[in-house]
Amino acid sequence: MLFVLRRLLAGVLMVAASGLAAVAQDTDAPIQTLLQTHAEAIAKSSRKTIGPAIDALAASGLDDAQTVLQRWQDKEMWFDKETGLFVFAEKADNKTLTLFDVAGGGTIGTAPKKSYKQLKPNSGIRSMIGAALVQFQLNSPDPLTRATALNAIEREAEASHLTALRGAIDSEENPFLKTRKIRLERLLTIRFAEDDDTRIAAIKSFAGDLGVDVRAALNPLVATRIEAARDVPEGAMPLKVGSDALPRDAAYAILVAQDDAPARVSPGALRDALVANIKDDQIAGIQVATLVTDEARADVYGLLAGEGRVAPLVTEADVTASLERFRFFATYTSAPLAVALAAQATLDDIEATVALNQTADLVLDALSLASIYFLAAIGLAITFGVMGVINMAHGEFIMMGAYTGYVVQLFVPDYTLSILLAIPLAFAVTFAAGVALERLVIRWLYHRPLETLLATFGVSIALQQLAKNIFGTQARPLTAPGWLDGSWVLNDIVSISYIRIAIFALALLFLALFLFVMNRTRLGLEVRAVTQNPRMAASMGINPDRINMLTFGFGSGIAGIAGVAIGLYAKVTSEMGTDYIVQSFMTVVVGGVGNIWGTLLGATMVGSLQKGIEWLNPSNTLAAQTYMILFIILFIQFRPRGIIALKGRAAEA
Amino acid sequence: MLRKTAARRKRGFTMSRKLFCTTAAAVLVGAVPALADCPVKVGVLHSLSGTMAISETTLKDTMEMLIEQQNTKGGVLGCELEAVVVDPASDWPLFAEKARELLTVHEVDVIFGNWTSVSRKSVLPVIEELNGLLFYPVQYEGEESSKNVFYTGAAPNQQAIPATDYFLEELEVEKFALLGTDYVYPRTTNNILESYLQQKGIPAEDIFVNYTPFGHSDWSKIVADVVALGADGKKVGVISTINGDANVGFYKELAAAGISADDIPVVAFSVGEEELSGLDTANLVGHLAAWNYFQSAESDANVEWVDAWKARMGDERVTNDPMEAHYIGFNMWVNAATAAGTTDVDAVRAAMYGQEFPNLTGGTAVMLPNHHLAKPVLIGEIQEDGQFDIISQTKEVAGDAWTDFLPESAVLKSDWKELGCGMYNTDTGSCVQIKSNY
Amino acid sequence: MAYLALTPRRRPLVARYPSIAIFLGILALFTVGVTVLAEGFGIGLISTSFVKTLGKTLCLCLVALAMDLVWGYCGILSLGHMAFFGIGGYAIGMWLMYARTELIVIESLAAAPLPPTPQEISDGIATQIFGVVGASEFPPIWSVAHSLPLQLAAVVLVPGVLALVFGWLAFRSRVTGVYLSILTQAMTLALSLYLFQNDSGLRGNNGLSGLQNLPGLDAIPQSTISIVFFWASAFALGLGYLVCAWVVSGKFGSVIRAIRDDEARARFLGYSVEAYKLFIFTFTAVIAGIAGALYYPQAGIINPAEIAPIASIYLAVWVAIGGRGKLYGAVIGAAFVSLLSSWFTGGQAPDINLGVYTIQWVDWWTILLGLSFVAVTLFAPRGIGGLFDLIAERRSPDRHGAALGPDAGALREKEADA
Repeated sequence: MLFVLRRLLAGVLMVAASGLAAVAQDTDAPIQTLLQTHAEAIAKSSRKTIGPAIDALAASGLDDAQTVLQRWQDKEMWFDKETGLFVFAEKADNKTLTLFDVAGGGTIGTAPKKSYKQLKPNSGIRSMIGAALVQFQLNSPDPLTRATALNAIEREAEASHLTALRGAIDSEENPFLKTRKIRLERLLTIRFAEDDDTRIAAIKSFAGDLGVDVRAALNPLVATRIEAARDVPEGAMPLKVGSDALPRDAAYAILVAQDDAPARVSPGALRDALVANIKDDQIAGIQVATLVTDEARADVYGLLAGEGRVAPLVTEADVTASLERFRFFATYTSAPLAVALAAQATLDDIEATVALNQTADLVLDALSLASIYFLAAIGLAITFGVMGVINMAHGEFIMMGAYTGYVVQLFVPDYTLSILLAIPLAFAVTFAAGVALERLVIRWLYHRPLETLLATFGVSIALQQLAKNIFGTQARPLTAPGWLDGSWVLNDIVSISYIRIAIFALALLFLALFLFVMNRTRLGLEVRAVTQNPRMAASMGINPDRINMLTFGFGSGIAGIAGVAIGLYAKVTSEMGTDYIVQSFMTVVVGGVGNIWGTLLGATMVGSLQKGIEWLNPSNTLAAQTYMILFIILFIQFRPRGIIALKGRAAEA
Repeated sequence: MLRKTAARRKRGFTMSRKLFCTTAAAVLVGAVPALADCPVKVGVLHSLSGTMAISETTLKDTMEMLIEQQNTKGGVLGCELEAVVVDPASDWPLFAEKARELLTVHEVDVIFGNWTSVSRKSVLPVIEELNGLLFYPVQYEGEESSKNVFYTGAAPNQQAIPATDYFLEELEVEKFALLGTDYVYPRTTNNILESYLQQKGIPAEDIFVNYTPFGHSDWSKIVADVVALGADGKKVGVISTINGDANVGFYKELAAAGISADDIPVVAFSVGEEELSGLDTANLVGHLAAWNYFQSAESDANVEWVDAWKARMGDERVTNDPMEAHYIGFNMWVNAATAAGTTDVDAVRAAMYGQEFPNLTGGTAVMLPNHHLAKPVLIGEIQEDGQFDIISQTKEVAGDAWTDFLPESAVLKSDWKELGCGMYNTDTGSCVQIKSNY
Repeated sequence: MAYLALTPRRRPLVARYPSIAIFLGILALFTVGVTVLAEGFGIGLISTSFVKTLGKTLCLCLVALAMDLVWGYCGILSLGHMAFFGIGGYAIGMWLMYARTELIVIESLAAAPLPPTPQEISDGIATQIFGVVGASEFPPIWSVAHSLPLQLAAVVLVPGVLALVFGWLAFRSRVTGVYLSILTQAMTLALSLYLFQNDSGLRGNNGLSGLQNLPGLDAIPQSTISIVFFWASAFALGLGYLVCAWVVSGKFGSVIRAIRDDEARARFLGYSVEAYKLFIFTFTAVIAGIAGALYYPQAGIINPAEIAPIASIYLAVWVAIGGRGKLYGAVIGAAFVSLLSSWFTGGQAPDINLGVYTIQWVDWWTILLGLSFVAVTLFAPRGIGGLFDLIAERRSPDRHGAALGPDAGALREKEADA
């Protein structure tokens, strides 16, 4: 009972509220009237039909038009489901809206959300609105607004923008925006200017420019269409049938499309024609049951064609004859010849530079991948390369480091601080784990390398599952600090993200650290002594147990830090270790065990090889990984000790 | 035949128990005694461990919640429902083994399960051999219609095609990058899309296709390739069928390259609320996803559903599209069993055709004779809070088992009600096969 | 192998090694028992799905035998034998899929107005098989899929030739020990990555499915088919055991054990170490291929995940836990661990409630397995099979340090140091 009463009361209040709104809203304001005339299109919210509504608003000259467009773009415009009146609205709470009048923007009051529907322009419409807003924003006092206008032009250029832009260049004070405006003006000139000479001048000014926007402006100008005729008209470029630009089949298809040659009979059409002519289990006097080969079918079809009941087959000789009767040529379709030729010349000029820069970008990518592999493998270069211990749980140490980073971020919300904290913590955690592994398992197995491999596999399986039990199987976020967002952009082709640069730097740092520790510290000296001859080292007063423990811990700790870095650029999952373990071993083995420079070379080779194969076969990244592993297997057959092989006694140790 | 008599024999053994059960139910509920063994067993075949556990465990919880809700409403045919949960552990052969176990050892009346296509293909022969009934809740690549499976997820024409239309019409995309993980769903979907786009007048050279392995993390080159596609002045759009973890690296690289959704929009078919919870969405605002359901749908039924889910599982949990598919599938099955008056598979299947049930997003889902649903298609923009802003919702689209955009499939038709065939060749006028292709 | 014939006449193999007779006896008893209890021909106490599990377990025992031969006896820790196992499965799976689909296509085309041409039949099969992965043409790798004898030959030849080539390259350049292990693992990874690609022509991630439906035998119930496959698996295991026992018994067996214990010394004694290793590596690869060909029709589906490196590592785990260097050890390990694994991961094991935390075996089994593996390696290098030694009181003489190999005669840690 009480519930019903409450519902009733609420209903009354709602009616009262919406009633109030209707009273306060100016339903006859010119802007509202204008919106109402296009109400259907606006409510439908499709890019196909919205054009007139936006144009009308932009051209209306009403003071409110700019605000309406802007707030519409920001998804702040709603309409009353019953009356269809448009309002601005903000969500007051989950169920109510605060309404504002589209005319003047005055507050109307609150209303239940249910009786209004939000307009949600999609990004296609939003960019159209943005284009319409350009005229209001280009000379705005706020530089941010002016930048917005320029963005809008870049996305959705219209012919009208050219004049507006030309008028807004001289008054521009911000030098950065001014450069952008000038560049945009030239791009728009190429696209929209009437006068060929200005267009050609603008085109030529871009020679050697690598911007994607330039190529985007030029490429449409050089669009061609291929046609066939008895003679090649003037200004057209003749093409040879059978060349890459015009394969034989494509050429014949053009003739068919122009009705200059009969279409070939497809196997399906042939079959349909035969089926259509079946009479008493016979076709043209031949038993249907005998037609079990393609040749037999073609023969019967020939008989039917002979009787004139079906279109004759087109033989290869027919095709050749038809093709020889015509000349094929390409013509520019979207620009006058002079403009098109200028555009082509500039494009050719750009393409050469583009190819060069693409190579540079590929090299950067390869270096980046190499640095990631190096980072993943450097810990292994210590435990495997120096100590000769096979640690299959190495990948899991990388994972532990990454999860340490994730946990730190749970407690320290500041990303910069959390990463700075995570790196030493990850080192500490994995150092401890490494020491524990060495003390508990590996030291019992120094003479049994195969068993070490198996036992550490057991540890690896257990650690992976443990991580799954604790963190779940879903990828966990490890977010880089803001200053590592974005990328270092040399031009539109060559760029590399800051995070990859950071990883690269980290890899170099580790290399230096490794060299320093191994060659310049007492620990390094003792490590080298113990690896070369543990008994001799022991009799010189070095404790081999302690050294082995520390070295293993050091290698594991570095794997932990690598984990943080890898987690930053990719993902943190319980299985991330397995992604790197085989590659890491390959890197160390290919480079040559026991030499850090070998590992560096190995990483570079594996990284650039993978990128190289990817470049050759861009549609299948998986193939690159397969072929890379195959290559490495073969490489090891021919150079079993790696690129840099240790010589003499050290090699036998 | 052999199997049927065996089943009948078994039924004899359980007669006394059934009698007791139905009597009890009749007394309690006052319903007409129904032709079902009590309790009615519902098999749940979702991985609770292994790589797919993260996605599938949610669906197991969904099923348990649905069964609990139904039991408070009085169960089915006067019987309590009982969930039989098994764990196929993301191991595809194990799926077949567990399905056989469910049908022969536990004798379940219906199975709700599977996520990956390969697991479904593994289960199909068993379900068809033993005449079981499976409800499959995930969007998939189509090109299949089994007599014993109801597909409550989206077929390509209920997700991929409308999303592509949206790209073509609303965003005026002229050049497409189809990026996918290398497995059957992206392969088939991209194949269909390539063919569809060419029919829509997009030349083959304007379609860039790339496949990456599961869990791929090195995306810089691929993202650079996509950016470079814009060099000929055409608007570029990315259609992503990238699966699972690999999305993390992909979206991170997109963000690092400074690509905004306004320049190069990305529409994803495998990224939902669950997947976004592993990502920082601040840099992804505006990118798109296409589904039949988003948690942000504003209907009363959905608000109730989301509240019930959060009350049961915790406030931070989200709902997603396959959950809605199970919600519709389960309720349709309950209604069909009630209408048939039995849980017998053949009777329920006959009663399923034409079943209607309200969607959580508004409108009504209808079960078609090709074992697919008619459902609306939604397109949402990613928001900062990891939810989707629904910016487009179509009318109900009828799910199509065989796509119209591949020549081999265009001639095929599935109609279990009239033709009694899931793979009917309209060209030759014959049924290619009664069992499905595995 | 001429020297085998030259060895003096001895008592028959089975008489010399009572363990062979005991093993075969137990296997025969087990087979009869399962047949009586199963649904196909017996009283139906064991469900068909469990018969399939048992049949598959026998195949795993067979591949474990192969692993034991190559690792436990010859000292080559191969992490690639599950790849050979998978290849065997793929080889038989191709024929099963092709033949079954061919029947369906011919039947459906019979209704067409024109009789089908060979090309149309082939296209129809291709569309059926590859339609799911978005292709409709036969890749060259399927060119002999129509012929059962040729595909059966492939079950033996493909793993054999691959092992021969790989082994020849590896042994020739003296890649040994852990390097070889890592290399075989890389080979496995490359193969599984290759098969994961759709371009491999073997349906990528989807693999080959529906393998339990034998072509033309739709009328025979699975309960019968499962028991027939069970018999075949038991027979293959028994035969495999005999052959392996024969291989390791004579002088040949002594030589490969010598290679395991000290390769350099064996070489100095004039044995062609590489040839012996190559033979064992190839021979075991063939056994693995046969085991795979029997396994996958029972599993119903094969896909690249089955070949992933982790599978081969588990194989090593089974053999290690069972006890390497003893054939029955490998069989015990494979049967024990794989059945226990499926019991634990199947959710049948009872959870342990510790008050603050409940141990769910689905989550914790892998950890237990991993750690027990470490424990076995550290403390019980002879595995479960070592228990039989204790019972048989075949204790080793008192020597110093832990054994480096699994045999009584193996080199000892302290001896290696000296």
